[in-house]
This record gives sequence, structure tokens and C-alpha cells, in this order.
Amino acid sequence: MTAVPMTEPMGQSLLDVEHLTMRFGGLTAIDDLSFTARRKEITSIIGPNGAGKTTVFNCLTGFYKPTVGRLKLSHPEKGEHYLERMDGFRIAQVADVGRTFQNIRLFPKMTVLENLIVAQHNVLMRASAFAVAGLFGLARYRDAEKAAVEKACHWLEKVNLIERADWEAGNLPYGDQRRLEIARAMCIDPVLLCLDEPAAGLNPRESLELNTLLTAIRDEQGIGILLIEHDMSVVMGISDHIVVLDHGRKISDGDPNFVRNDPTVIKAYLGEEEEEGDHA
Amino acid sequence: MAYFIQQLINGLTLGAIYGLIAIGYTMVYGIIGMINFAHGEIYMIGAFISVITFLVLQSVGMGFVPLVLVVMLIASMLFTSVYGWTIERIAYRPLRRAPRLAALISAIGMSIALQNYVQLTQGARVKALAPIISGGMTLFEQNGFEVRLSYLQIFIIILTMALMAGFSYLIDRTPLGRQQRACEQDRTMAALVGVNVDRTISTTFVMGAALAAVAGMMVTLYYGVVDFFIGFLAGVKAFTAAVLGGIGSLPGAMLGGLLIGLIEAFWSAYFTIEYKDVATFSILVLVLIFRPTGLLGKPEIEKV
Amino acid sequence: MSETKIKVGAAETSLPAMAKDVLMTAVIALVLAVPFIGLKSDSVGTALELYTRWPEMFAIIGAVLVGRVAFLLLRLRRDQPRAQSAQKRAGVKELAANWGGKHIVLIGVAGFACAALLPMMPFASRYTVDIATTFLIYVMLGWGLNIVVGLAGLLDLGYVAFYAVGAYSYALLSTELGWSFWVCLPLAGVFAAAFGVMLGFPVLRLRGDYLAIVTLGFGEIIRVVLTNWVDFTKGPNGISGVPRPSFFGYSFSRGGEQTFHDLLGIAYSSQHRVVFLYFLILILAGLTNWFTLRMRKLPTGRAWEALREDEIACRSLGINPTNVKLSAFALGAMFAGFAGSFFATRQGFVSPESFTFMESAIILAIVVLGGMGSQMGVVLAAFALVILPEWFRDFQQYRMFLFGAAMVLIMVLKPTGVMGRREPTIRLHKKKDAAEDAEAQPEIAQ
Repeated sequence: MTAVPMTEPMGQSLLDVEHLTMRFGGLTAIDDLSFTARRKEITSIIGPNGAGKTTVFNCLTGFYKPTVGRLKLSHPEKGEHYLERMDGFRIAQVADVGRTFQNIRLFPKMTVLENLIVAQHNVLMRASAFAVAGLFGLARYRDAEKAAVEKACHWLEKVNLIERADWEAGNLPYGDQRRLEIARAMCIDPVLLCLDEPAAGLNPRESLELNTLLTAIRDEQGIGILLIEHDMSVVMGISDHIVVLDHGRKISDGDPNFVRNDPTVIKAYLGEEEEEGDHA
Repeated sequence: MAYFIQQLINGLTLGAIYGLIAIGYTMVYGIIGMINFAHGEIYMIGAFISVITFLVLQSVGMGFVPLVLVVMLIASMLFTSVYGWTIERIAYRPLRRAPRLAALISAIGMSIALQNYVQLTQGARVKALAPIISGGMTLFEQNGFEVRLSYLQIFIIILTMALMAGFSYLIDRTPLGRQQRACEQDRTMAALVGVNVDRTISTTFVMGAALAAVAGMMVTLYYGVVDFFIGFLAGVKAFTAAVLGGIGSLPGAMLGGLLIGLIEAFWSAYFTIEYKDVATFSILVLVLIFRPTGLLGKPEIEKV
Repeated sequence: MSETKIKVGAAETSLPAMAKDVLMTAVIALVLAVPFIGLKSDSVGTALELYTRWPEMFAIIGAVLVGRVAFLLLRLRRDQPRAQSAQKRAGVKELAANWGGKHIVLIGVAGFACAALLPMMPFASRYTVDIATTFLIYVMLGWGLNIVVGLAGLLDLGYVAFYAVGAYSYALLSTELGWSFWVCLPLAGVFAAAFGVMLGFPVLRLRGDYLAIVTLGFGEIIRVVLTNWVDFTKGPNGISGVPRPSFFGYSFSRGGEQTFHDLLGIAYSSQHRVVFLYFLILILAGLTNWFTLRMRKLPTGRAWEALREDEIACRSLGINPTNVKLSAFALGAMFAGFAGSFFATRQGFVSPESFTFMESAIILAIVVLGGMGSQMGVVLAAFALVILPEWFRDFQQYRMFLFGAAMVLIMVLKPTGVMGRREPTIRLHKKKDAAEDAEAQPEIAQ
């Protein structure tokens, strides 16, 4: 395989980040970052701790309003959305961007199945005619709920949690919680799935399963995946495209082979912080 | 103009009292993140203890005013602190790891119990006390309206300033203050580096109670009447002051207290006295909507 | 000294340690008791005089010490055979929870049936039915607030404001415009819900504790306005002569055109109205319960619970937090409005006195003591807080003190409430398997 700096467009462009800058008071967390994520590709964002990776996600999903920059999402069916102008919940509801969190955020007291049903809130709300149809048990709502359960079961089987569907989510082992969070994000039918360190805390076998799951999602659903990860076996194994950040700036951008051999990366990231890579 | 200045003086006096109570709320909220709902009751207890102390002094025939005031101050601070300590020990410490609502309900229960405890032991009737510090000076006169500054108001404002200075020093400069700030930021970490978290939290309650006791004594002197029910409204207003100033911030609590005092004084003077509480709460709502961190609070970045 | 007591389990069991503990307790009790129990101020004419009550004070301190010693000894006993008895206790608890969980519907239906039969029981005096009616008002309010606090996790300390809005809207509409109860009942709900939205819209984005204090402020504002807007609300004297409800146009009075006893052809009895009111509140409360249980299984209800668990996760799933919170707030307020108009027609009189912060605190206590989100818990807690104090009427003056102390005690002993266990709204596997599943689930306290 030859190393190429910027790959020829393989999938359609899905997310265009242009000149994204985020400042907190005097601190510049992201500095003029531009990159593109495509459909049917896994795009990884890597970089040492504090490089601003999670901040990129928080800008994308509306938790922070970027100081400068444009975040254009080209939805295959619904047209273009400018995420920097949208409320957080509308980014998920209208632009169909799903995400997971670095510190898992499930609904711990609700069951695994309920977690996935809640994710289908907007579809079910329409079906229940804002609770009216549901209150009186109309067939229209019953069918919609059945469909929602089926979709939930589909994803539970994919992440191998079907047996534990009635467990309280908070009682699941750590690795299961990570997979459940991915399943939950998939239940909103995203076109772009943002995963914040999905392999953190997983054992090697679980990481391997995660690789399979993510490539399956990419290939079967045809969506784009944006991945923040420290675990190099995951990143190098499944990424189609890697963006390297350091101190909020992009220092490299290309396919795994290119990035692996990029002297800037080796110097700034792998070279200087060797333990960092091993540790993760 | 003269009327305006008179209200300014009255408002600042009232505000100093609210500010002292507010500090207790702000410190406790800062360190364990709960609204100490019984704090208003602590202030009420402080007021009662100052009345009782005064009566004890009277019965032994002590009449030298400065000494009476000092003994009242010390006694109410000491006894009230023990109340503050005990409340934390009984009602809050067992709930440190419990859901937040549990601690709040426990606090509300404590507040109800204390109110009724005082009613049971001291009776429901209003306690009226003859003025201890009387007199004052006329600052100036305009169109027949005298602007007066009573000695009592001077006493209240100076005492408040002295206490504020003392507490700021305590928090900023001493190991105790450092431990408190450490517990505020990360209790687990503080414990790991050797801070005695339980003791620090207890101290915080004791300090808050002592300041509330001073406020209670000031109110006793200022209005001359005390009853078992004064804690509720004063507590809510002081909490409003703490939020207004930015919860967790000591100068903020004082500033918030002064503002609430001024708002009340001016509202009562220029509008209707019946709706002065409505004015206070409306301002609280407006502040929370437009500046949820309060005036001096640090903006909180949402951690995702 | 107390810090070490908690951490070092073994040291404190020694005799000297316990003696020290008791001694400390004595000193603290003495300091606490001297100014309030030992000394008492009382007005004589215009002056205050001081009395002493030393014997009573030492008696009380003695009682406290005996209590402390008993507590220490109990803990000693509990600590020693810990493993075995803890296991046993957990087993019993698990059994009770499972049994309760499986038969919750059965218990509910049986409870409702008992409630429906109550007025026919031989022991059901007018007094009993009256108390039961009061109890049901609190149950209904508790269920209404459970939507806001228990399910949606929004801490509302001013719930009584919506109750007041309901009561006053019926009182005013009926006395000023002569509208009947059945027209006003839904309107009262609508008004209360509208107030809920009005308050909720600006404040619902606030953090939990701020929301609590704002709702508390709102409750006080409503009360102050009711007291002072004399032209509209008749001020502190309240509105009297609020019409009593009729049975589809048949009144419960002795004489008049269309009366209930004429309709049935029975003799007039003042009991009829009491029983009618009882059934009315039973139906209203039943409706609240049905609605809540149904909502829990609908997307809105699930979103309430999800919001309570994690608002940020909700946003990431495309759920609009403001709408979800508003719906909980408005619906909770609506039921308070219904209950309020029932209260007005039952009393025939409303005044601001009935809508103090104390009421909000009692309703909130019912929800939290019962176990957040648990419908059955609300019933149990309402029983403890409304019926039990009735039985202790002889101790009238100690009642509120004991009430407050009990709130603290229950929270300290059982912070998640009496019925803290949550029932899932949907199951994939049959319930039997689920029970086994639940046993397989590790109990992780998070």
C-alpha cells in the first residue's frame, strides 16, 4: 500500500469541518481545524491528551458553540445542515448525528431495552400523537412500539446483549455498557456516528470485537463514523482516514499508512510520548 | 434625596444581616453541594440564644452595655455553633453519599423539627426586648426630613465588616481555609492527600452557624422582637442573596445580601410594602435566568 | 472524636471508647439543652422574664443518654454476627421486594377495592370517611408531584402554588360567575397547567437546586398575591360560601328543588355528601394514578425518566429537554389543579392560609419518603404522614416536632425511600426469567 497524503474521495463527503476554532477565555482548545469525513468511512481523530479531541466532538454535537468555523453536514436525504447554528438536541433529531461519551452516559436505572427505546423517542412521539394515541392504546402506537422493540433487538443482537435486555443498564459490566451506548446511538438512525474513546477500558478481546462491530456498522449501514481513540490497535486496524491533533492544531491528515510514517506525527506524538501509546 | 439616603442606610443595615446568613448557605453549598434548608432555623436559634443570654445577664444584674453586647455575641455564637455541628452530625453526615434529594428532605425535616422545638420550649408568643443600644445621630436635614444614623446601625455595619474581614482571612490564608477549598473542589482527592474531610465539613457548619448567630443577635437588637417563625423567610431571602451573589463565593454572598437588603428597603419605601417579598423573588428569578452563575460566581463549563 | 468513630469499627467497641462517646453526648446535650430547655423566657406584661426548668432539663438529658447507650449497644450486637444476619436480612428484603414486585398490580387493585368499600363498612363513621378523604387528597397530590419530582427529577418546592390556583379558580368562577363544579374542574386543571408552563418556561433550564429555590419563591409569590390582592381574592379572609358539588345536578342539601335523597327516594342524611366527596376524590386520585402508570409506558414518560437519569445523554439522542420538562411540569400542575378545586368544593371555603410552604414540604416528603417514582410508595408515605398524626391528636403540640424528626430519621435510615425499587416499563423476556435475571444481576450501588 502506498502512503498518500489526502486520499481521493472514496465515499461522498459527509462532514466538512472548516476553520473550526474554539476558545475558552484565553485558552485556545482548537485552532483553525479543517478536515472532511466521508460516508462509508471511519475517520479517526487522534492526538495526545489535551489535544482538543473531545472538544471537537462537543462542538459537533452542539454542547459548545464554536468561536469560529463552519461545520457542514451533507445529509444524503435531508440536504445540508450547519451544525454550529443548531441546538444540541436538534443536531441529533434533525441532522441525525449520534454520539457516545468518554465517560459512559447511559440511563443507569433504566433497563437495557428501555435505554434503546428512549433513543427512538422522536419516532415514537409522532406515532403516539404526542401521547394521546398512546394513552388510549390505539393500534397505531402499539405497532410503532413493536417496531421500536424490534429495532432495539436488532442492535442488541449486534452488540451481543440480547440476553441482558431486562437488566438495569447501570448493573452491566463496563464493556457491555460501552457497547450498549453504541447500540443506543445507532437507534437514532444516524448518518454520522461520533464515538468518544469506545475502546477505553476494554480488554484485548473486547477491543477486537469492537473493531468487528464498527466495520460492520460502516459497511452495512453505509454511514460515516468519527472516532476518538487512544488504542492504536483499534485506530490503525479499522480507520480509513486519520486526523492527528496536537495542542488544538491539525498536524497530519491521511490514511493510516501515511500517518504512521509522517515524521511530524512521530515527533509530536509517538516519539515524545511513547508510554502514552503503550499505555492506551 | 434625604428620604433616599435614609432608605440606603436602612437597606445596608438589613443587607448586612442577610449577608451574614447568606455566607452560611454559600459555604455549605460550596463544600457539600446541598441547600442547608435548616440554616434559617439556625439563625432563629441564634436570635433566641441572644435573648436568653440577655435575660441571664439582666438577672445577675449586669448593666454595662458594651460588656453585655460582647457576652451576648460570644454566647450566641458558641451555643449556636454547637447546634450547627449537631445538625450536620445527625441529619446530613449519614446522607453524604445518598441521593441529593434525600439530604434536602432531611434538611427540610430538620427545619420543621427545630422550629417546633423552639416553639415547644420557648412558647409561640413573640419575645419583645427593650432596646439595648439606643440613640443615634442626625446626619443632615432636608425639607424637614431628618436623615438619621442610629448607633445600632453603626454597630451592625462595623461588626459585619469586621467579621467579613476575619472570615476572608480565614478562608484565603489559613490551612483551615485551604482544606475547605480543597474539599470544595474534590472531596476524594482531598481525603487522599490527608485532609480530614469530615472535620472540615463540620467546621464549615460551625462557621456558618456562628455567623448566622451574629445575624440573629443583630436582628434581636434591631427589631427588638423574635419569634420561632423568623427563620423561614430570612432563610429563603438569605439563600436568594447567596444565589444572587454567585453561590460558593464569599464576597458574592455579602454583595447579594446587601443588594437584597437595599431592594427590600427601597421597594417598601417607594412601592408597596406588602409586595416586597415578591420583588425579592422576582429578582432572584431574573438573575437566575439571565446570569445563572450569579454576580460574582465563576461561569461553569459543562463537562461532557 | 466522631470521625474516628465512623472509620475505626473495632476501637469504639471497647468500654473506654464507649464511655467517652457517652460523655461527649452528655456534654453536647447539656450545651444544647441549657438555653432552650433549662431556661425559658416568658413575657410578663411588657417585660420578658427568665424561668428555669433544671429538673426537666436533666430528665431529658438523661433520656438522651439512655438512648445513646442503647444505640451503641445495639450497634455492638449488630456488628458482631454481621455476616450471617446481614445475609439473612438481605434475603428477606429480596424476597419481599420480589413478592411486592410480582404482585404489585394485585396489591394495587385490592387496595383500590378496599378503598371503594370503605364507606360501606360498619366502622366507617363520618369522621373516618372524612380522614380518608383528606388522606386521598394527599395521595393525589403526591401522585401528581411524583410526575415532576419522581419521574422527571425536577425538584419542585412550590407545588402547593398549583393547588392554590386550582382551588381559587373554582372558588372564584363559582362564586362570581356561578359556574358549576363540573365545568370548573377541568378548567382548574387547565389554569394550573397554564401556570405550570408560565413558570416552567423561563426556569426549567436551571440546575436542580436553583430550580428548587425558584419554585419555592414562586409558591410564596402566589401566596403573597392571594393575601394582598384583596379586590380579586378577598385577601386573607378568604372566599367563603364556595358551592358544594352536586350529583349531576342533584344537590346534597336537605331541602330544595332537585336533591339527591329525593332522586333515590331515601331519607336525607348529611353522610351522603361526605361519602359522595369521598368517592369523588377516590375517582380523581384513581385517574391520576392510571394516567401516570400509562404515561410511564409512553415515550413522554420514558423521556421523563431518562431526563432524570442523564440530561446530556437525552440531548445527544435528539430529545428536547425543555419540552419534556415542560410537559412533566404542566401535567403535574394539572393534577394539583384538579385536587385544588376538589379541596375548595369540599371545604366550601378557601384562604391563603391553606397554601403555605409547609404543604409543599409535606407533599414533597410524601414523594421522597415513599421512594421516588413509586406510586405505591406515595400511598404508604401519605399514610405515615397524614393518618398516623391523626391518631396522635392527643400529642397535638408535639405533632409537628415529631413530624420533622421522623422525616430526618426515615431519610437517614432509608435514603432511597420506602419503596425504592423501580419497575421496568417494558420487558423483553417473560417476567419469570426476568426475576432470575434480577438475581443474577450484581447489586452495584452507583
